[in-house]
Amino acid sequence: MSSDDVSRALRRVAHEILERNKGSQDLVVLGIPTRGVALARRLVRVMAEVEGHEVPCGAIDITMHRDDLRRHPIRPVEHTDIPAPGINAKTVVLVDDVLFSGRTVRAAMDALSELGRPQAVRLAVLVDRGHRELPIRADYVGKNLPTSSSERVQVRLAEHDGHDEVRISGGDR
Amino acid sequence: MKRHLLSMNDLDRQDILAILDTAESMHDVQRREVKKLPTLRGRTVVNMFFEDSTRTRSSFEIAGKWLSADVINISGKGSSTSKGESLRDTVRVVTAMGVDGLVIRHGASGAAHQVAQWVDVVVINAGDGLHEHPTQALLDAYTMRQRLGDLEGRQVAIVGDLTHSRVLRSNLICLKTLGAHVTVVAPPTLMPAGIATWAKSEGFDTSYDLDAVLPTVDAVMMLRVQRERMSGGFFPTTREYTVGYGLTRERLNALQEHTVICHPGPMNRGLEIAADAADAAQSLILDQVSAGVAVRMSVLYHLFAGEGTVA
Amino acid sequence: MSLLIKGADIAGAGRQDVLVRDGVVAEIGSLGGAGAARGTETIDADGLVVLPGLVDLHTHLREPGREDAETIASGSAAAAIGGYTAILAMANTTPVTDTAEAAERVLDLGRLAGLVDVQPVGAVTKGLVGEELAELGLMARSRAQVRVFSDDGRCVHDARVMRRALEYVKAFGGVVSQHAQDPKLADHHACCHEGELSGRLGLPGWPGVAEEVVIARDVMLARHTGSRVHIAHVSTAGSVEVIRWAKAQGIAVTAEVTPHHLMLTTDLLAGYDPTFKVNPPLRPGEDVEALRAALADGTIDAVATDHAPHARHDKEHAFVDAAFGVLGLETAFSVVSDVMVGSGLLDWAGVAQVMSMRPARIAGLSGHGRPIAVGEPANLTLVDPSATVTVDRDASKSLSRNNPWHGRRLTGMVHATLLRGRATVLKGALA
Repeated sequence: MSSDDVSRALRRVAHEILERNKGSQDLVVLGIPTRGVALARRLVRVMAEVEGHEVPCGAIDITMHRDDLRRHPIRPVEHTDIPAPGINAKTVVLVDDVLFSGRTVRAAMDALSELGRPQAVRLAVLVDRGHRELPIRADYVGKNLPTSSSERVQVRLAEHDGHDEVRISGGDR
Repeated sequence: MKRHLLSMNDLDRQDILAILDTAESMHDVQRREVKKLPTLRGRTVVNMFFEDSTRTRSSFEIAGKWLSADVINISGKGSSTSKGESLRDTVRVVTAMGVDGLVIRHGASGAAHQVAQWVDVVVINAGDGLHEHPTQALLDAYTMRQRLGDLEGRQVAIVGDLTHSRVLRSNLICLKTLGAHVTVVAPPTLMPAGIATWAKSEGFDTSYDLDAVLPTVDAVMMLRVQRERMSGGFFPTTREYTVGYGLTRERLNALQEHTVICHPGPMNRGLEIAADAADAAQSLILDQVSAGVAVRMSVLYHLFAGEGTVA
Repeated sequence: MSLLIKGADIAGAGRQDVLVRDGVVAEIGSLGGAGAARGTETIDADGLVVLPGLVDLHTHLREPGREDAETIASGSAAAAIGGYTAILAMANTTPVTDTAEAAERVLDLGRLAGLVDVQPVGAVTKGLVGEELAELGLMARSRAQVRVFSDDGRCVHDARVMRRALEYVKAFGGVVSQHAQDPKLADHHACCHEGELSGRLGLPGWPGVAEEVVIARDVMLARHTGSRVHIAHVSTAGSVEVIRWAKAQGIAVTAEVTPHHLMLTTDLLAGYDPTFKVNPPLRPGEDVEALRAALADGTIDAVATDHAPHARHDKEHAFVDAAFGVLGLETAFSVVSDVMVGSGLLDWAGVAQVMSMRPARIAGLSGHGRPIAVGEPANLTLVDPSATVTVDRDASKSLSRNNPWHGRRLTGMVHATLLRGRATVLKGALA
């Protein structure tokens, strides 16, 4: 995906979220660090343009809820920032850059359950690359990118990497 | 990060900052309704306390439980020496039950180091005699950092019974690693032997004059003085000690406005620290206690959660 | 029974053959094939040095009371391996050797083991409590003929008690061996040389001055009472200065140093390993240098092992709780050979003095520490100056394993030990 592709996809996803939710009532958008947070902020900016007011936005760190901690060296813990109205009875939209095995999202839902009881939880991702290991699906997808499991999907965002891009590398392709 | 946490020498600057950063997130968890994280589920940690310490022990216990670890408390008092069982046998019997880690508090300097030689599990030093108390130094650094920001270049005074203080030894190393400069203040009888050469090689200063040092520092850490030290001839009376080395109300007023006051507790109000000073806005004493659990959760996370952290 | 030692260097005086017969040195010279007949056992001593049998002024044999750590038999075996023909067994057993009966019991057990002459040391005070004199005279008159008295393990810290003891033993040519440790300056918790390391490690310091003030006091008392006094395990440069001064004044003071204080230093304590916990503690390099020089110039008269066996569980405690003491009988000669002869500070005649002749004289053991000459009792030690040994603690004859030398490579080994003409050790093993 080029930089323009990314912008267009995010714009479309923001509109889809508002359409399905019938407005921005009770929406809370939470990004999963690292890049999910920047994406969440961008979505919320588009929504503000459309709706004319702010949608609560924050971050939810999932490090402590991962199921693969013991397979890797210690990961630094990122920040969890739940915006003021909290998540009870809200529709939480989780935002991440790539949906792959689904384990990250599983961890995010566990983390969420300790912070309150949302009315509903939706998932928005920039890229769905397939190869799910858990019964998890995204509600809003920027782009479906079928990949082989040996390939790597790299997401670059201006906030972190200077420019926007999604590229697939490696593998037997 | 090294396998055990026996001494502040086991942590480099990066390690300390990682622990303090994670502790901030852990501090947030403490403020939630559901204070539990699943991270150390399935791990068993034993608090082996050969020396009483309700505060440190419960701090480690809460920290472990909030990470979903199973925490067992074993009092080592009266077990080994009185029944003829060696310390080595005592700890090996406990670890033979298949636990993942030992948090050891012992009245003998070096006990944690020795235990780490004898067992296969992760060992955390919760205070060994007069030697070190690494998690205390970490929570002191955390608390000071929250108020003062980056500790690089900061001036810190540590005042009191230096000879008998493990908090001193751990803080000297920790603050040096973080780039702070330390001046220790005590009467000559409460300074450890060889401190002149020690100060020279580690880059800290020594002083007998508290009044000269206090106005120059960003943080002052008051160490507890035991009244029993009078009978060892270390100082003549508590009154004289307070006049020379106590953080009195007058000295509180001589501090710069931003200077913070720390004390590892428990305090002897009126002896080494005036009640006014303990309760002043500049005092971090209660923050230190609250930070204890967050910092210990962070230490447990770093030592037990990752790959290769457990045999 | 005859034994021919062929071609040994006699304490550095030159190569000769030595014929031993009926427990004494029968002939010395070039004995050719003469001794080879008549079923005489021969030891080829080419490259070896023969010394008078080593004498240890300071050993702990733990029997009676702690036979799990050592017995008189096992200690005797370790001693023989170490080249010793006589050892003095300290009195801090359970019960304490403070009566004639207790002393005779130790003597008899030593004779039963038959590997080395075990000479009991009597306590200075009853029960080692430091208050009332023990039955010094009765112990002296007993079959054990006690001449050396010591509360070792503890200091005779009361000046009046020390004075009385020094005076009293004059009657029978006795001597008090003082464990110099002022209990107010270094109490029973003190375990690490007081200095920068003890400060960093948080270990209770044992300042050198706690030893020096007691030695200073005791040499003045000895002068005042006209007595001999012996200082056990000297460990500091300051102590050496005091002793040197006292000898210059003509005071009858003698002193011993341990092999570990000649080689090991306080920085070995950095890992809190109780293997290195000993009383007095290991000191810094400056003290080790001063002790070596003092042994070389005679300010310190003798090497004494302070062999202190401990059961494993008594050492496997936190450092401050662990028992004090290291093994020493089997390695003493190798350490002295390596450190003192290897560096040129002593020659073999010097080793003979510090490890045999002077200790024998201090202890009043007339049959030991004799010159290697015709007619003298054949208490001899054959050593190999160039053999190297890597110390293996598990190869020890001692029942204990608290060996600070484990893994070290030392130059100089005991090859054979003869007790009144009978080989107790041959080729480094019990005969």
